[in-house]
Amino acid sequence: MAMMGPSSTTMTKKPKATWNGFSLKPRKEMPEGLWVRCPGCEHMLYKSAVQKNLDVCPSCNHHFRIGATARIRYLVDEDTFQPILENMTSADPLDFQFRGTTYKDRIRADQEKSGAAEAMQIGKAFIKGRGVVLGVMEPDFLMGSMGAVVGEKFCVAVEKAIEESLPLVAVSCSGGARMHEGVVSLGQMAKTSAALARFNERKGLFISVLADPTTGGVTASFAMLGDVILAEPRALIAFAGPRTIAETIKIELPEGFQTAEFLMEHGFVDMIVDRKDLRSEIARLIDYTQK
Amino acid sequence: MARENNRPTNGGYLDFEQKVADFERQVEELRKLSAKKGIDYSVEIRRIEKDRIIELKRVYSNLTAWQTVQVARHPQRPLLRDYLNLMVKDFRELHGDRLFGDDRAIITGIGQIARNKVLIVGQDKGKTTKEKIVCNFGCPNPEGYRKALAKMRFAEKYGLPVVTLIDTPGAYPGVGAEERGQAQAIAVNLSEMSRLRVPVISICIGEGGSGGALGIAVGDRLAMLEFSYYSVISPEGCAAILWRDGSRAPDAAEALKLTSRDLYRLGLVDAIIPEPVGGAHRNVHDTVYNVETYVAKTLAQLQHVPIDELVESRYQKWRSLGSKATLQGPLAVERASRIATTSRPAAAKRDTSTARV
Repeated sequence: MAMMGPSSTTMTKKPKATWNGFSLKPRKEMPEGLWVRCPGCEHMLYKSAVQKNLDVCPSCNHHFRIGATARIRYLVDEDTFQPILENMTSADPLDFQFRGTTYKDRIRADQEKSGAAEAMQIGKAFIKGRGVVLGVMEPDFLMGSMGAVVGEKFCVAVEKAIEESLPLVAVSCSGGARMHEGVVSLGQMAKTSAALARFNERKGLFISVLADPTTGGVTASFAMLGDVILAEPRALIAFAGPRTIAETIKIELPEGFQTAEFLMEHGFVDMIVDRKDLRSEIARLIDYTQK
Repeated sequence: MARENNRPTNGGYLDFEQKVADFERQVEELRKLSAKKGIDYSVEIRRIEKDRIIELKRVYSNLTAWQTVQVARHPQRPLLRDYLNLMVKDFRELHGDRLFGDDRAIITGIGQIARNKVLIVGQDKGKTTKEKIVCNFGCPNPEGYRKALAKMRFAEKYGLPVVTLIDTPGAYPGVGAEERGQAQAIAVNLSEMSRLRVPVISICIGEGGSGGALGIAVGDRLAMLEFSYYSVISPEGCAAILWRDGSRAPDAAEALKLTSRDLYRLGLVDAIIPEPVGGAHRNVHDTVYNVETYVAKTLAQLQHVPIDELVESRYQKWRSLGSKATLQGPLAVERASRIATTSRPAAAKRDTSTARV
């Protein structure tokens, strides 16, 4: 390279940055939703480019939050997902009302917003040809909170896995127990944990995948009871959210507190797995544990 | 925190007990007067006392949810140590989780309740400021839950029934608690308690704060003292999130259905243990006696059940919780028809280019 002739000087010379008639910033009349700003590196990214990359930032590996439908699409072999109890919804056990609105209205609004019936989808599927029972949480539906429906669906998934001797994979992505169902929601923590105790007695394999964010009652029940616990990079995983802690003890929280990396360092997560590697890692775990 | 505005203002009277306070002041004055002047006011005193009790009964039979929360947090309400002193014979505390330390917010030990040898697991809040700091205001750290589980395994090994007394604002939200796996500690307790091979009775004696309470409450029976509360989130926390205003806690308390009466009606607790007239803090002995009676009666029932049957029925009890609160009904149908008529959102469309092989 260094031996190149005198002409190379003109070759390496960078062209002067001149205005070529196109603004580098997206123009105002740009169609909405074509660009996204990556919260990790602040870059403006083409939405389709991000989506092609499994909703991961191509430049900084930030994992975007994704809905259950997209998650299932990225995780399972094409067209193999068979949903169970698709249309189950909450019966609003407390008849919960707040600020002039009702829980029922909130459910309707979020069903419209997310296109999901509830905060978890369950079903049977194949991952790299291995049959599994899969549960995936929906962060856009009441913050992916666990109420009676999520608890019931999770238990049905566990029972299905016992019945058909399949491994169980659950992707958690949740704000915790759902306030609107009061102690019914709280009880779901015990209910799902009890179901997993049974599953464990029957030597079932439970792979728990923690996505951003996994907090509160979901962390303190099934999410932390995996035989193997995987987490996506930089995912927030907590019992009490960082804001609650900051308010209670009034100190500044350390950098990286409650991230997946932090939890792995403290011994509560087995592996941090990029979204693109999730399928192969789950398949490997199944191969090592199942006959 | 918001706890400050719950503190009773004058001599332990809550703000809805003004009339009761007036009656008691009158009695006090008459007593002083009769001592000073030697006049017998016993008839008047008896009359006022009667009115006072009528008023107390009236107030306490119509408590709102928020007033119940205030009674449950009353500074003179009997705490774990009162139960240990009055109800448990020959109590010997067993310390430490064998992993990290000895949490003081959860106390474990062996003793006898009505001649039954049991393991007691209870949450302690502390009475004086010094004690409160030691007990971390009743907010357990992970080592507390791990200690509870370790002692419950010990009880299981030797066939000792477990009695848990719940009184916590919630599991501690601190940096250390997160570092040592608060969530994992609670999750393991929920899972393991569900299959513990001895009878487990849980009683909420004061505050039943969310996962922190549930972490020692997965048993065969869950009872609540009449004016205790049990909730998925503190009313203040719920108000801050849903009402965007922490001072709307009374509304949140009402909506959360956290009183013993509401929860019993919803089938979420098995029994309500009555409190003496005017709440537990007015008569500690009677309160403890009522709890003791409940424990003795329930233990007698549970100890006759073969253990496999007991564990199975405990599993079914928790497995069926909330199953009735789900439906495939109107909301589901309505949604299906709406989606059929309108196009699915873009995110739901199948994009083969991103499907991975």
